[in-house]
Amino acid sequence: MPASFADMPAAERRRRRFLNVALTTHEGKTVRFYDDLVKDKTVMLNFFYTNCVNEAICPLSTANLVRVQKLLASRMGRDVFMYSITLDPAHDTPKVLARYARAFGVGPGWLFLTGDAADLEALRRNLGYVSPDPVEDKDRSQHIGMLRMGIEPLERWAACASLARPEWIVQSLVRLEPRQAAQQNLQGGKSRL
Amino acid sequence: MSIQVLKSGRRRQEELVGRYMQEIRDIAKGGFNRRELLKMGLVLGGAGLIELAGMRGFEPYWAHADNAIPFISPPNTPFVDPLPIPPTMRPVTLNPAPTKARNPNPAAGPGPVNGVPDVRGFTEGRVEPHQRWTQFGGASETAPGFNGTMLESVEQAVRFNFYPTRDGVPPSTIWTFVERSTGAVGPLRIKAQYGQPILHRIHNALPDDNGGFGRNQTTTHLHNGHTASESDGGPLRGFDKNHFYDYHYANVRAGFSLTNPTSSLNGRTVPGDVRETMSFLWYHDHEVDFTAQNTYKMLASFYTLFSNDILLDTDDETTGLRLPSGEFDIPMLFMDKVFDPVTGQLFFDLFNLDGILGDKMTVNGKIQPFLEVKRRKYRFRFLVGGPSRFIELFLSNGQPFYRLSTDGNLLPHTLVENSIRIAVGERVDVIVDFSDARAGDRIYLQNRLEQVNGRGPTGKIIAPDNVVEFRVVGDQVNDPSQIPTTILELPSTNVRIAQQRNWSFDRQGGAWAVNGKFFDQTISAFVKQNTAEMWNFKSGKGWAHPVHPHLEEHRILSRDNQPPPDFEVARKDMSVIGENVIGTRRTGGIRMFMQFRDWLGDYPMHCHNTVHEDHAMMILFKLVE
Repeated sequence: MPASFADMPAAERRRRRFLNVALTTHEGKTVRFYDDLVKDKTVMLNFFYTNCVNEAICPLSTANLVRVQKLLASRMGRDVFMYSITLDPAHDTPKVLARYARAFGVGPGWLFLTGDAADLEALRRNLGYVSPDPVEDKDRSQHIGMLRMGIEPLERWAACASLARPEWIVQSLVRLEPRQAAQQNLQGGKSRL
Repeated sequence: MSIQVLKSGRRRQEELVGRYMQEIRDIAKGGFNRRELLKMGLVLGGAGLIELAGMRGFEPYWAHADNAIPFISPPNTPFVDPLPIPPTMRPVTLNPAPTKARNPNPAAGPGPVNGVPDVRGFTEGRVEPHQRWTQFGGASETAPGFNGTMLESVEQAVRFNFYPTRDGVPPSTIWTFVERSTGAVGPLRIKAQYGQPILHRIHNALPDDNGGFGRNQTTTHLHNGHTASESDGGPLRGFDKNHFYDYHYANVRAGFSLTNPTSSLNGRTVPGDVRETMSFLWYHDHEVDFTAQNTYKMLASFYTLFSNDILLDTDDETTGLRLPSGEFDIPMLFMDKVFDPVTGQLFFDLFNLDGILGDKMTVNGKIQPFLEVKRRKYRFRFLVGGPSRFIELFLSNGQPFYRLSTDGNLLPHTLVENSIRIAVGERVDVIVDFSDARAGDRIYLQNRLEQVNGRGPTGKIIAPDNVVEFRVVGDQVNDPSQIPTTILELPSTNVRIAQQRNWSFDRQGGAWAVNGKFFDQTISAFVKQNTAEMWNFKSGKGWAHPVHPHLEEHRILSRDNQPPPDFEVARKDMSVIGENVIGTRRTGGIRMFMQFRDWLGDYPMHCHNTVHEDHAMMILFKLVE
């Protein structure tokens, strides 16, 4: 069967990569994941839950990302956005998330997100926050501690551990940007940091 | 979805897939978005998928259920296209002439010819001066000039079809090395000789538009090269588009600077230790966080290093070891890939953390190519380019391989093997003898190793996947080449151990850690130049990790306190730990011996499952005086 293949414009390819589920922010706003949070933006995102206390990975990660946010202060909410998506929507209502954000001193440009459990589960899989071991995958306390980062319009996506040094996390993001990185020393250019 | 599932009732399933994908394509043409598709029940949980029971992870861009292959590539007609023979690069005169420090002058020379873009005006992205520049070809400490072989490539986007034209799959946009003077498209081949330094100028003419994945900042690593750190292509030495970078390859044997100033073989005396003679290297992009994406995009080529100076591996089948040479010396790059069933384009699963598997094995860029062979001996050089799949090669008629190398380094003796397992990044040279075949015979090179996820191979030998068809043609021909019995003695490991270090490779929160630490720019080990060390590798939880320290080869002293198998009694630049890495054996620990000699600076050691590498399984070590 000689197949026919569809040409796909970049905009469509980008959109197909993500689910566009409805989420609620810790400020109580309803947003679409792709249309409102990711499209045309530079983003960093992770999954977490407020009750993650046993391993303390989540609070440590959040604290670490607060340091990242401080390093990126002038850009946060302007051209860099951070999203932390809950793994425990039953508990993590917008109110709980707002309290959590306040407790960590989270500033503008960083949203904590909850939503319908099935949508969040689908989003988690869509973004690769999945363990190949089904037992581990069901165990929230062993969830994946990666920080996904990307420049969506350029389709440049990378990741680093949420617990990596904050300076390294920022460098990893800046490296994704065109004509920055190694050349900036040579050309006397300054990064937008 | 595993390969096994694919094999059973494959035809029926392919029909189903074809029908189902046609629906999806029609919908995509109609401009519906994913949300609407979901509502229509067509993508998730739809009738189409229920019919395709067992094909989990089939859904487009829904990549991660159980770490499976994201979806099924369009079918291909096997054995239509010939195996591409990598073109050998030709020497040029570089303009401007190379300099020890960063070149002050922009690129000159020809404008756009043979499909190569205009790179005039590109400036050098290198920051550090070349080490030992005038010792190995540099004309002067200050003035421009190079008295060795000069080569010039351009990294550029190329439209390339992995499928035969008749399958109707449109070409994909790949990024690859293209020879500037001829327009020859990668995988290319550099033929180097010991004693003749090379300066390889690489221009980055890659576009900002990446077609879905990859980043146009690159750093080219010569894998297995005993290369100065500034020319090693380390992960943090990337340079941007519209720049070039001069890579300096001394082509000298390890030990030349102190431990073995000279040594002799076959009556010839040369710098360095003749027992460190290398043979089959490759080069590929090594950009931090993007090695998997950029190499998958085809930034990979061959570097074969000959030793005519000691009459060993001479590139001439009438001299030295008399290995099959010229047109009978053929390198093969194995890379498994996935193609988007809607667009037919090369697809990379951006959000996978464990390892990426493809359902189409490409060889030098073609899916299931054929190769016409004469009735004589051939030297094949197998290279597995990843991102994550291990392979085990067999010949369909049960004929053996005469194995000459491990990790591209000549062995002490030729080994006769019925199958050869190769991890990502490893290279193996073999001789295959077709002299007993009959004209018209079809012999298949087969991969039979099962691997169903990024964890590593299961170790099971399964129904074959024919990856290359050898078509035997003509009468028996005169064949001056030989299969040697003894090849090259191993260097001594009887050297004082200055230090032991332990390296533990573990999964941690979905990322990949070395000694509990994620990769960043800090140096994890300072190693004193001209010393030897013992490094112990440990792996928990069974994941397979092909570990690759740059700079010099190492020797595996033990696997789980047992001696390594015969094919690992060799100079290694990869050591694989984890489950099923040797047969179905699990290795939790390796002891290895390595020397750190001739060059200074920082080098990485990393897992060569490039998805693990890009998710932090890498450290830097630094040679200091």
